[in-house]
Amino acid sequence: MIPDEELKNIERLRWQCRRGMLELDVLLEAFLDQQYTSLSPRLQRHFLQLLELPDPIIHAWCVGGENPDDEEFVELVNSIRTTSVA
Amino acid sequence: MALEKQRFDTLILGAGGAGLNAALQLANANLKVAVVSKVFPTRSHTVAAQGGVNAALANVLPDNWHWHMFDTVKGSDYLGDQDAIEYMCREAIPTVYELEHNGVPFSRLANGKIYQRAFGGQSQNFGGDQAARTCAAADRTGHAILHTLYQQNIRAKTHFFDEYFAADLIRDQEGIILGALVLDIATGEPLLIEAKTTLLATGGCGQVFRTTSNAHINTGDGKAMILRAGLPLMDMEFFQFHPTGIAGKGMLITEGVRGEGGYLINKDGERFMEKYAPNAKDLASRDVVARSIVTEVRGGRGCGPEADHVMLKVNHLDEEVIAKRLPGIRESSKIFAGVDPVKDPIPVFPTAHYVMGGIPTDRFGRVMPTSDDDGDHLPGLYAAGECACASVHGANRLGGNSLLDILVFGRLAGKNIIDYVRDNPSHRPLDEASVSSAMDRFNKWDAKGDGITVSELRKEFRKTMEDHAGVFRVEDMMQEGVEKVRAIRDKLADVRLTDHSKTFNTNRTEALELENMIDVGLSIAVSALHRKESRGAHSRPDYPKRDDAEWMKHTLYWREGDKLEYKGVRSQPLTVESFPPKERVY
Repeated sequence: MIPDEELKNIERLRWQCRRGMLELDVLLEAFLDQQYTSLSPRLQRHFLQLLELPDPIIHAWCVGGENPDDEEFVELVNSIRTTSVA
Repeated sequence: MALEKQRFDTLILGAGGAGLNAALQLANANLKVAVVSKVFPTRSHTVAAQGGVNAALANVLPDNWHWHMFDTVKGSDYLGDQDAIEYMCREAIPTVYELEHNGVPFSRLANGKIYQRAFGGQSQNFGGDQAARTCAAADRTGHAILHTLYQQNIRAKTHFFDEYFAADLIRDQEGIILGALVLDIATGEPLLIEAKTTLLATGGCGQVFRTTSNAHINTGDGKAMILRAGLPLMDMEFFQFHPTGIAGKGMLITEGVRGEGGYLINKDGERFMEKYAPNAKDLASRDVVARSIVTEVRGGRGCGPEADHVMLKVNHLDEEVIAKRLPGIRESSKIFAGVDPVKDPIPVFPTAHYVMGGIPTDRFGRVMPTSDDDGDHLPGLYAAGECACASVHGANRLGGNSLLDILVFGRLAGKNIIDYVRDNPSHRPLDEASVSSAMDRFNKWDAKGDGITVSELRKEFRKTMEDHAGVFRVEDMMQEGVEKVRAIRDKLADVRLTDHSKTFNTNRTEALELENMIDVGLSIAVSALHRKESRGAHSRPDYPKRDDAEWMKHTLYWREGDKLEYKGVRSQPLTVESFPPKERVY
């Protein structure tokens, strides 16, 4: 059972996953539902940081196949790319 | 707890290109401006616009605004208002230069001038050689513009209400808009923003269809607010569909895939475009390809367990060609369709892309409340961008004219608002009845108990819109669609939230969005049912011809009684001769 406070945090992140591009809406929300709660605190923090980045950068990394220039994001982006949305 | 209130000279709902360009004009003129955005402003859907902005700068090939005007009138299938189109094409030039001066990093030529690329539908000399009219910032034009305008607004001290959801307009007994009731998504608390002028810039509504390329935020909120305020929407039957979206998901698969030799097949492996367009085949115009796909699916030749899509075959192409000439398609197909196009075909279906219709305005962004050809605007209320209809796109929009529309009319609305506030410096008295009514609508979602969930009804609604008011439009199925959507509207009363908490209650926000989508969906379905001709993006196999004698007019839809009225197209430009209707051939 996820505590209420944690649920609200996820709902807050769910709204942050609302982006200007459909591809990111679908991918980030699916990642949130499927993988976020089982991430390490370090990767959870990286996810929060990723959500602060501009859409074209997130898109290039997560959908466009470009590798993050920031090493910190590589592991997270690789996880996002494996999210099942098909 | 008493309702919190704040006052501004201008309230802008929406923070895409239109809203931010208007806000910048106003903040630079030292007006007190509030911008309300349900997501952080640079996450507005403008960010997804990659193509560019049309303006006849003549930096690459000869060009002038009059040729741009001709192309836009022709592209509109003669339903665009020629005074507004002339104005937009002339104002395109100073608008682009102003963006340049504000810091938008446009791609440049070796001589330092803004680079311009060629796009379909652009001509020199009134239908002659290809023109090159589109200004772009690499492939991130929308992002570059949005980012620049946001930074400039911060500098100019525009007040942003980020992650606030606009619920309803507030109006007095004379119908004058006094501001809006908005909701702080983080706390769940309502806030009343009073304003001398209000500009709606809430963008498009592609989410009304099951398959759309639009972001989840595009739920037609401003359009629905207008309907609930007793005002009309115009030409909502004109919706542009891109033929190849990923089936059931909507993401665009670019035309370039077919340009490189990809082709469509049905469940029997038949290359069906050979039947519908023997010469152009898979490279026929967007509307022809989209309609052919839907015809195959409706004829029982669709693919997949639901037989609800067709396949785009590219696996006969060389892997290197796909990697080199179609970057991103392979990754996108793998992620969203679960197929590697190098090995297997991509499941596709037409995807709702852009709505030409919207809140009727004149060329200054002022909302026009009636069907009277000589009618006046509603004082103090403005709309711009995809939520509005100026009408410059008429029945079909040209590539590169959508960013142009939002930027030009956002800017012009901003300039007009400055004059209005100077002449009308006082706030009008608040109308408490209107506030109560908006609060009641907002509070009704507190009802508890068993009922339908938001996601269930949303799914049913979007599928109904796709099946009955999408690409394929014939009388009986559209009539059935209108009745079904009305029944869905009635079911809204039975929807119950699964979350009744206040903070970050996305369930409630999505319920408010669903209510908006259903109202907007009906405006599309009803308007489309009654337009008995084929023009631009509105295609009726039962009325296959354009009918200028009967139908060269705008549709106006009111929510009350699903009423329709019509008003004439403004065919007289401002300073040049009118372009008379001709058959549209490319």
